[in-house]
Amino acid sequence: MSTMTALRTAHPTTTVPAPSGAPARAAAPGRGTQRLTLAKAINLGLGAALGADPRVLLMGEDIGRLGGVFRVTDGLQAEFGTDRVVDTPLAESGIVGTAIGLAMRGYRPVCEIQFDGFVFPAFDQITTQLAKMHYRSRGKLTLPVVIRIPYGGGIGAVEHHSESPEVLFGHTAGLRVVSPATPADAFTMIQEAIASPDPVIFFEPKGRYWDKGDVDLDVPYGATIGGLDSAHVVRPGRDATVVAYGPTVATALKAADVAAGEGRSLEVIDLRSISPLDTDTVAASVRRTGRCIVVHEAPVQYGTGAEVAARITESCFYHLQAPVLRVGGFAIPYPVARLEHEYLPSVDRLLDAVDRAIAF
Amino acid sequence: MAQTSPTEPWIGATPADSTAPTDRMDRTSPSNPSDPQPIPELVQLLTPDGLRVPHASYDARVAHLTPERLRALYRDMVLTRRFDTESTALQRQGELALFAPCLGQEAAQVGSAHALAPQDFVFPSYREHGVLHTRGIDPLDVLSLFRGIDYGGWDPREHNTHLYTLVIGSHTLHATGYAMGVQRDGLVGTGDPTRDTAVVAYFGDGATAQGDTNEALVFAAVNNAPLVLFCQNNQWAISEPTTNQARVPIADRGKGFGVPSVRVDGNDVLACYAVTAEALERAHSGGGPTLVEAYTYRMGAHTTSDDPTRYRTREEEESWRRRDPIDRLRTYLESIGELPEEFVAQLEVDADALGARLRDGVRAMGKPAPSSMFDDVYATPHAGVAADRAWFTEYDAALAAPVAGPDEGSTR
Repeated sequence: MSTMTALRTAHPTTTVPAPSGAPARAAAPGRGTQRLTLAKAINLGLGAALGADPRVLLMGEDIGRLGGVFRVTDGLQAEFGTDRVVDTPLAESGIVGTAIGLAMRGYRPVCEIQFDGFVFPAFDQITTQLAKMHYRSRGKLTLPVVIRIPYGGGIGAVEHHSESPEVLFGHTAGLRVVSPATPADAFTMIQEAIASPDPVIFFEPKGRYWDKGDVDLDVPYGATIGGLDSAHVVRPGRDATVVAYGPTVATALKAADVAAGEGRSLEVIDLRSISPLDTDTVAASVRRTGRCIVVHEAPVQYGTGAEVAARITESCFYHLQAPVLRVGGFAIPYPVARLEHEYLPSVDRLLDAVDRAIAF
Repeated sequence: MAQTSPTEPWIGATPADSTAPTDRMDRTSPSNPSDPQPIPELVQLLTPDGLRVPHASYDARVAHLTPERLRALYRDMVLTRRFDTESTALQRQGELALFAPCLGQEAAQVGSAHALAPQDFVFPSYREHGVLHTRGIDPLDVLSLFRGIDYGGWDPREHNTHLYTLVIGSHTLHATGYAMGVQRDGLVGTGDPTRDTAVVAYFGDGATAQGDTNEALVFAAVNNAPLVLFCQNNQWAISEPTTNQARVPIADRGKGFGVPSVRVDGNDVLACYAVTAEALERAHSGGGPTLVEAYTYRMGAHTTSDDPTRYRTREEEESWRRRDPIDRLRTYLESIGELPEEFVAQLEVDADALGARLRDGVRAMGKPAPSSMFDDVYATPHAGVAADRAWFTEYDAALAAPVAGPDEGSTR
């Protein structure tokens, strides 16, 4: 079925600037709307939460004096002190485990896991403790803990620094799993995550940290902007629906640009949330377009795309003109950096899938 | 492979112990001249024969305990044991799915728990029935867990006592974090005994091998957290002896973390009270964490599913039976004429009443409503849970209906 077409873009594709896909919001008086990187947007979102709620505190390795290895927490320890921006021992299970205790005492810890591949020492605490505490206490305890995880590849990193483990958490009941794709979403979603009474795993597309977009800085802390749970249609189209999140939203938008030049109209959806999954928004789109392609950096097998494909098949089988297709990582460990651009879902691989869906 | 050590020089009885157990307990004596490391002192105030022995450091910690208070310790240990035997029987009768007895560990649990202030917060493992009893938690709220009704029915905030944690060692980090929160609340070192707050994590010798327990020691130490890490070394992690967990006494392991440590006779309720009181005072006053090793013995099985005869001897169990924590305090109270017959008789009545209440209460526990399994997964609505709940509700109703069957087109 594969009808691999000629490359429409040059590698690497993951350096494509991220268009600002979030709905435009009128700038309120104050700091107004600024053009910021995604990393800076998260930094300002964290600062807003720290300023608004004295119970918010940040915990992680190198997040204080250094400002984080990606500088996402730059300047926050100087502003809020060492008790609220805590340089922890180098022990991920300890970070999450003590965050659980702090949350039980009424605090709202925001943990930084330095890189995706380093979350696994904390996996036990996250899945057996953090995710289940509200349930096992029959609602008596809530754990408003946010775990920030820079994830994804495309930065030429060494082993364990480019992974996309989001479905391991999406598979775990009790966790909310979200990922912003734009600076505007990053600014509001990190604050919504901190304000949420549920534990939130907050995946930050590290390959997009330095992409810029317009950010409305006057959104108040905790305000629900379109809902932390909801997917957004970030580009309307007619011929096929491309479902993306995190780092692949920019890839999808670029592919839609290229496809438009070829006379094809792609609708792009930014899922924003892995758990819960906003099936309704995706299904409504697929009912219009009849085709669905899911794209993510994580391996395709047992991935978010598999879940979307199953749900779309169940909910709008008779609207489908073609099978739901998936574009993503292969069933291999994340490869060496010199091969990651062949591994990562590119504009061309995505357009190849679009071709196959339309030709079906 | 783990048993290549020719000796375990640190496992031994103390000089003050007049009925040193045999078998593995006796392989070396603490006075062995070839012993490369001195064994930490085992703090003891009551010998297994019920003799009150003086202690330069800890006598002052129990001086205020009136005979009435001593009887309260005795009473709580007796009631804890009754809870244990009744619960084991209920499991054998098929009323509980499982039970984890604390038989033999009553002194470590009741003694330490009696030293707590009401505002102190406890993180138990899953065998701390004596601690929960002392904290005033309804024993039926514990047995509902073992019956499969819930995961523990008590409100952790009401009793300042967390739910049982079944993953070994995980809660030591929760306790550490909670203690870090107490610090941030400014409730350490105020000098006000009604406000200063400490946190106690109970765990076993097996948990000392877990990474989380070691990370808890690291985090507690570097944060100077108001924490007591109370290890009940009951000699057995299911079938594995403590020698499979460490090559040094557990109390010695605190040194490497910079955490003051103490080793106490875990079957001596007075000594357990005394060392816990000292550790709590350190925590309350801003002196940071303490590691307590309460040297005791799990007289029963790991759980009702376990068979200890496969890995330990009757002789070993018998040697520990002679160090029974309840016998010890009873002998002492009798020797000082502070165990009146009326008290003993009333306690027997109360224990019988507890037994009856447990039997009746457990049997009266109904099955939870099936749809309740969808409750409290999240604190705010979650579309995935909502969809599953909606589907199940319809399916369940269809099953209950006389004619209609489940949705034929369902994918579930």
